[in-house]
Amino acid sequence: MTQDIPGTTMFDGDQAQKGFALNRMCFSFNSAENRAAFLNDEDAYCRKFALSDAQRAAVKSRDVLRMIEAGGNVYYLAKLAGIFGLNVQDIGAQQTGTTVEEFKAKLVAAGR
Amino acid sequence: MAKIVGGVATTHVPSIGKAIADKKENDPYWQPFFRGFDYVHDWLARQKPDIAVVFYNDHGLNFFLDKLPTFAVGAAGEYRNQDEGWGIPVSRSIAGDPALSWHVINALVNDEFDITMCQDMLIDHAVTIPMTLMWPGEKWPVKIVPISINTVQHPLPSLKRCLALGRSVGRAIESYPQDLRVMVVGTGGLSHQLDGKRAGFINKEFDQLCMDKLSGEPDTLTRYTVHDVVAEAGAQGVEFLNWMAMRGALLGQVTELHRNYHIPISNTAAATVVLENGEGAERRAA
Repeated sequence: MTQDIPGTTMFDGDQAQKGFALNRMCFSFNSAENRAAFLNDEDAYCRKFALSDAQRAAVKSRDVLRMIEAGGNVYYLAKLAGIFGLNVQDIGAQQTGTTVEEFKAKLVAAGR
Repeated sequence: MAKIVGGVATTHVPSIGKAIADKKENDPYWQPFFRGFDYVHDWLARQKPDIAVVFYNDHGLNFFLDKLPTFAVGAAGEYRNQDEGWGIPVSRSIAGDPALSWHVINALVNDEFDITMCQDMLIDHAVTIPMTLMWPGEKWPVKIVPISINTVQHPLPSLKRCLALGRSVGRAIESYPQDLRVMVVGTGGLSHQLDGKRAGFINKEFDQLCMDKLSGEPDTLTRYTVHDVVAEAGAQGVEFLNWMAMRGALLGQVTELHRNYHIPISNTAAATVVLENGEGAERRAA
């Protein structure tokens, strides 16, 4: 896995292989019925997609950095985050260890 | 013969779709972005294109990671949008032009681009949001030829390859016997990063350099590798590949008519440009 750009995991062949089951589960969340099924019984839903132990633990923790570590691709993880009503500022704040307000302020500051 | 009138490039952030649905175009947060489309609307009203060739990247609606083409060309009569899982409204369908799509497909393969052909292809927000921004609240007056570029799973195609793809599409269109007015669209970008500890990364200087070089000297940008673009523009800033392909399709004398750049929209440096494809050629053999 290429990690030479700080704070960045290239979603390459290694990550794609590692994350396949997790990303496939997140792909299923394009359907409202599947999102409801996940909320109804998260354990059963994760079992159906044969998540690895690390992926299951990462999803349970709601920790996006752990999900990326387990091979998750952010476009697919965003579909999972959406189930909990979290947008990309919310997950940006979580990943950078700031509040959402601080994260938004950092984005505004980048424009100055 | 078909004529390429020019190109539009724009950011396609999903939350723009939500802002439109909630009628927030004039809110202080959104207004600096949406007002950048006033010029685009005037330009489109003057140019009256019949066709939009749209270079974009799919975010897990039509393509999953199980089968992911580097370049895919739509050849459908109608393109549908569907629930993408992140709560933006589902867009109405957009008409296609299968005869033109097949002409482009034949020309691309003849030019040794080994593309994927899609007679049935869902289009995601990366197509529907730019279309809605260009023609808000009305029936779309154009048919589309969507061309998807993989910007999701590395290895991605190079900037050089995307520019060449665009040039091949440009030559294909100019050789199409019907009198159609064609515009090209590149969607996504500019700098942004959604994932990792570097989430929120934006690089104004690099974005401005890319826009400065895009109209007059696009070939100078091909010295950047995809890895360089991730480093300079963020993990999702690689959507600039779609802009490069759009630019490649403009084979005439290219002039930037309009540029709007605003930070931030969502996590993104939002940008919109209009490029004119004038007479006088930079037409290339390969």
